[in-house]
Formats: sequence, structure tokens, C-alpha cells
Amino acid sequence: MDTFNKVAELLAEHKGIDISEIKPESTFEELKVDSLDVAELVMAFEDEFEISIEIDQEVKTVKDMVARIEEAKA
Amino acid sequence: MKILGTGSALPEKVVCNDDLTLFLDTSDEWISTRTGIRERRVLSEETLLDLANRAAENALENAKVAAEDLDMILVTTAKGEAVTPATACMVQGAIGAHCPAFDLNAACAGFLYALDTADAFIASKKAKTILIVSAEALSRFCDWKDRSTCVLFGDGAGAVVVGEGDGLIGTKLFAQSNEPILYAYGDPGNSPYEREKHPLTPLHMAGQEVYKFAVSHSSRDLLELIERAGKTPDEIDHYLLHQANLRIVEAVRHRLHQPEAKFPHNIERTGNTSSASVPILLDELNRAGKLKTGDLIAMSAFGAGLSTGAALLRWTL
Repeated sequence: MDTFNKVAELLAEHKGIDISEIKPESTFEELKVDSLDVAELVMAFEDEFEISIEIDQEVKTVKDMVARIEEAKA
Repeated sequence: MKILGTGSALPEKVVCNDDLTLFLDTSDEWISTRTGIRERRVLSEETLLDLANRAAENALENAKVAAEDLDMILVTTAKGEAVTPATACMVQGAIGAHCPAFDLNAACAGFLYALDTADAFIASKKAKTILIVSAEALSRFCDWKDRSTCVLFGDGAGAVVVGEGDGLIGTKLFAQSNEPILYAYGDPGNSPYEREKHPLTPLHMAGQEVYKFAVSHSSRDLLELIERAGKTPDEIDHYLLHQANLRIVEAVRHRLHQPEAKFPHNIERTGNTSSASVPILLDELNRAGKLKTGDLIAMSAFGAGLSTGAALLRWTL
């Protein structure tokens, strides 16, 4: 859950949206997060969690991203 | 080393985003929000060499240097007018110079690599006056059926004449081999002996990975150069970034905490012109009177290789 909260916080900050709009099931498309936003966010997550994340088209929701981060941290 | 003059040339043909929707499943909104590009110039009636020659002549005129006084010509290009001879030799003939001439390929970072190379020749007293021309025709090797890449690029040429003097403060070149995320392969030829021929492949780019590399390395290069010079980002007057994507320019600007006005851009009109983008932008600013004597200019370019180049210089014109 901590990872989700941090992801939501960074995402809200990057897109200038209210954090309450971000749910685990939210898709990037719904949040108007395009591929370059994802790249930018991944860089922020990599710094925040001190990990390296591979990006691909399978990561479509906030939950997917959280899973990738958890995987990288493990 | 210092810059004595600048020049540039763009093709006549303007292709706006809406023109691309005639044969691609894309839209002006999609392209402009993701890249900042509204239109680009592509070769139609002219050749890449024509652009290189025009940019060279403009730079010589601006520098008040005669072609016969050049000691060297460096052309940066990912794919010159011919496999051989070097495009630099063709430019030499066209402008009436008599000096050594060769091409240099460091992809989008080519201009910065050439600037550093020219500085080395001048510092070692092997040359006094050098013409650098960055001439690119990405329209010739991107895939016009691939909406994720062809919309990004444009053709163009930018040039500078450099000579002895105190202008250049520092440079940084960097390369980190990573072919799979950005590459193009040319004609493999028809040798009956070579077994592992790589087929002709238009430009391929893994956009997100390139974006990450560009933003992180451009910021790092700029900060390192500025710090090495004993300056702070606030003391730099102009940041000229490779015009690959407005979102990259903005991301680097935010990382350096600088105002929009310090990061000029022309990508909305030119698209990504690879190594030509920094000298084209420099020439536009120079001719618009936006560069004042003594201004500090930081340049940064990044691209296939992967490679990056950066330079910090004081404007002396």
C-alpha cells in the first residue's frame, strides 16, 4: 500500500491532478497519462525507490505500475 | 576557439500535421501534445547537398570568412548525400574551398562532437578556421508508414564557422552503446560472400527509453559542464537543446529550474532534424539578434549510439 500511495502522490504531482482521483484500477488513459508521462514517472519512481524499471505496453493501470515497482524492489 | 558566424537552410516543402493524416492514422492533437511539433520541412525539389551548401555559404557570409581561407570542413550527418565521397568533400567543391574535408557521424549529437573536434584541431594549431555543417535528411530513412516515428522528423542543415579565440568554455562527449532502442540499417549490398547481412531497416526508436536517456543525460551533462565552469544554471543565458521533442526540452528545463525564455525552441516548425537542430536554432537566434556579446550559451544534444554531446560557450559576436 505504501508503494501505491507514493506512486499516486508522484503521479498527482506530475499531472497536477487531485490525488483522490487516482485509484489502483485507474488506467493511464483515464488519467490522461501518455507514454512520455509514463517515461517521466518511471524516472521519478526509479529515483524514489532506487530501482530500475523496464517499461512496456503491458503497464496500463496504476496497479500494473505498482506491481512492476514491487517486482523490481524484491 | 570561438564561433565566427552561423548559417542554416531548410527545405521549401512544409508538411503540417494535418498533411500526415492523409496517409497515417494520426492527428494534429496527438502529434502536437506528445512532441510540440506542428510542421516540419522535408526534401522535395532540393537535395541534402543543396541544404548543406546553402547553410555553409550563409555561415561564411555571416562570419565574413572566404571559402579559400578555410583550413578544414567537417560535415555531421547520419546519412550523407552519398555513401562515398564524403558530403564534406562535395561541400568543399561547391563553395570553392581547398582544405581537407571529412564527415563525422555521431547521430543527433554530431554537431557537438564536431565542435569538440574542431576545438582540438584549433588548440593543437593544426587549423585556424573550420567550417562545420550539420546536414540531415531523416525523411530518407524513416518509415513513412510508421506513425510513431515519421511524424517526428524533418530535414535541414545548420552551419558554423569557428576560429581561434576565447569562446568555448567546456565540452562533454559521452557514449553508451545501446543499439536496440534507436537504429536504422542501410542497403546491405549484394556481396555473394557476406552471410549475415542485416536487411535494409528504416529508423526504429523505443520512444520511452530514448526519452529517459535524453532527459537524464542532457540534464546531467549540462549541470556537470556548468559546475565545472564554476557557474550556476541561473547564470546561463540560453540553453540550446537538441530539438527532438518539446517535452524533453521542458523536462530538462524543469530539472534545471529555469524559465521558459532561456530554452528557445523551433521544433514546432522544424521537427527533429537530428544533428542539424542545434546549429539551426543557433542561427535563428543569431539572426534574430537574440544573442548578446558575452552571453553564456549551453548546448546539449543526445541520440542514437546512444551518445550525447554538450558545450558551454561565451557568445563573442
